[in-house]
Amino acid sequence: MGLFHPGTSLVHRVPAGVKLAALCAAGIGSVFAATPVGVSAYLAAAVLVLVVARVPGRALVRQLRPVLVFVVVLAVFHALVSGPGRAYVVVGMLLALVLLATALTMTTPTSALVDVVVRVAGPLRRVGVDPERLGLLLALGLRAIPVVLGLAGEVRDAQRARGLGASPRAFAVPLIVRSLRHADRVGEALAARGIDD
Amino acid sequence: MLIEVDGVSHTYGDGPLARTVLRDVSVRMTEHRIGVIGANGSGKSTFARLLNGLVLPTAGTVRVDGHDTRTDGRAVRRRVGFCFTDPDAQIVMPTVREDVAFGLRRRGLAKHEVAARVGAALAAYDLAGHADHPAHLLSGGQKQLLALASVLVTEPALLVMDEPTTLLDLRNARRVARVVADLPMPVVLLTHHLDLLADFDRVLVFEAGRIVHDGPPAEAVATYRDLMTRDQP
Amino acid sequence: MTPTSPARPARDLALVATMAGLMAALGLVPAIAPFGGAVPITAQSMGAMLAGALLGPRLGSASMALFLGLVALGLPLLSGGRGGLGAFAGPSIGYLVGFVAGAFVVGWLTHRLAVRPGGRYVLATGIVVNVVGGVALLYLLGVPATAWRADLSLGTATVAALAFVPGDLIKAVVAAVIARGVYAAYPGLGPAPRPRPRAAADA
Repeated sequence: MGLFHPGTSLVHRVPAGVKLAALCAAGIGSVFAATPVGVSAYLAAAVLVLVVARVPGRALVRQLRPVLVFVVVLAVFHALVSGPGRAYVVVGMLLALVLLATALTMTTPTSALVDVVVRVAGPLRRVGVDPERLGLLLALGLRAIPVVLGLAGEVRDAQRARGLGASPRAFAVPLIVRSLRHADRVGEALAARGIDD
Repeated sequence: MLIEVDGVSHTYGDGPLARTVLRDVSVRMTEHRIGVIGANGSGKSTFARLLNGLVLPTAGTVRVDGHDTRTDGRAVRRRVGFCFTDPDAQIVMPTVREDVAFGLRRRGLAKHEVAARVGAALAAYDLAGHADHPAHLLSGGQKQLLALASVLVTEPALLVMDEPTTLLDLRNARRVARVVADLPMPVVLLTHHLDLLADFDRVLVFEAGRIVHDGPPAEAVATYRDLMTRDQP
Repeated sequence: MTPTSPARPARDLALVATMAGLMAALGLVPAIAPFGGAVPITAQSMGAMLAGALLGPRLGSASMALFLGLVALGLPLLSGGRGGLGAFAGPSIGYLVGFVAGAFVVGWLTHRLAVRPGGRYVLATGIVVNVVGGVALLYLLGVPATAWRADLSLGTATVAALAFVPGDLIKAVVAAVIARGVYAAYPGLGPAPRPRPRAAADA
């Protein structure tokens, strides 16, 4: 599960919080760098990060394929409507930001990002957000995904065993009902482990 | 350990959907190993949930070592560990180590203390090799051992188990049973595996929301078998 | 679980997490993906309607926010196996935000209009609610965001988005049919009844 690719590169070793801050800064900076030179610099930086991180090309392409197709369509559209220079700025910047964000995701373990979220949410305590509960919710979500996928497999098998076709209702209703019952039991287990105390 | 259940009745829902599952149940328990048997829907599951305040009775009181589950639920839940039938619902954290650490972290223990106790628990239940694996990759038996480890690591004074072996194959059921047999604290065990109760001190038989038999395992099991083979009224 | 159960907040947490998991499962249903596949038609926008219709505004929108949080943390949960912060830099950002807003509005309207006392879900009202909160609102947020990210005019972006409208209308109907089935099979959904005096509840 997850898109993280373990490694020991410089990009991997930079703390998750620093990487997130850098990505935010790049996002804000992109507004002021919307020139051919600025976009070239962004693209060069993104490629450099990916090369240093040794992100496997195949995994990267898999993540980017939908965006790449869109980028090509968009580039042609802009080249025809407002000229190649404009096309390069718009499409190049979009691509650079997506590449940088993907680089962060692929070089940072999920648990490290959860820790950053809990830490960053600390000041939100004053407005009623409990950072510990936020971390717990993320962990519960991570745990729920394989369980619900397992339930989906069971429901599909039951549907096949009874010779039912692929009707979305015959699949979705039992899956959701089973999932809600599962949630009831998880809620009970959390209460037994003192979550409400 | 003293468990006092006094004049307890319990009804789920209200109006036409109301369903009474316990009727005026009173029992005092001090034994080390207590078994609870009964058909599905006999009320034994609700009875188990009364013991740690997961369910508050609609009438009557439940006290664990003098703590009323209604007014002192937090103290009760710190004393009473609860192990459920379905480990998938009980394992709440993504990885094995995080799940065992979960209950301890909530009690505000120091980091090194948590790490030491988690390490010991993982070793005790043969989970050390899986410490950083996602919980969903464990086998059914390993999941139940993990659920048990996560409860026991908080060192409860009493362990309540609701059919912990029902979803397991025979080998894993025996393994869990052996772990339970060696536990130092008192245990209340709900089960359909009647052979697990042979060495127990006391067995309660539930039927239609009442305790219909209370005694040593051999005669309780005989009563229960008789009850189950009798024709439905 | 019951009026006497103290387990409410824990159950809320579990419901929110499980609904986020369901959203991930819906991402595995293959998407129809015209327009370069960057804004694919997915079963996931149905998930946002269902989250609202089944869990209500607060928990429904929380489950969608959690789902997006998990995507941002790097899980490949968006349909087609996309995920990570890259998804938020792309042209579908408006639709992603629309999942949260849509679940809230669908939940709010469902609880007020589509659920009768006793927990019966009214199909026709449910469909209208889904179209308003799950389709119209989604486009209201999604189209300008695509226009912004791709530097298109609003008109061009709207025309590009029109291709998805028929599919999304069908999904609004399917989601309502599913919601009715779940309401019938799993009692206890819908707005919480007004708290009765404790004395009466405990009598």
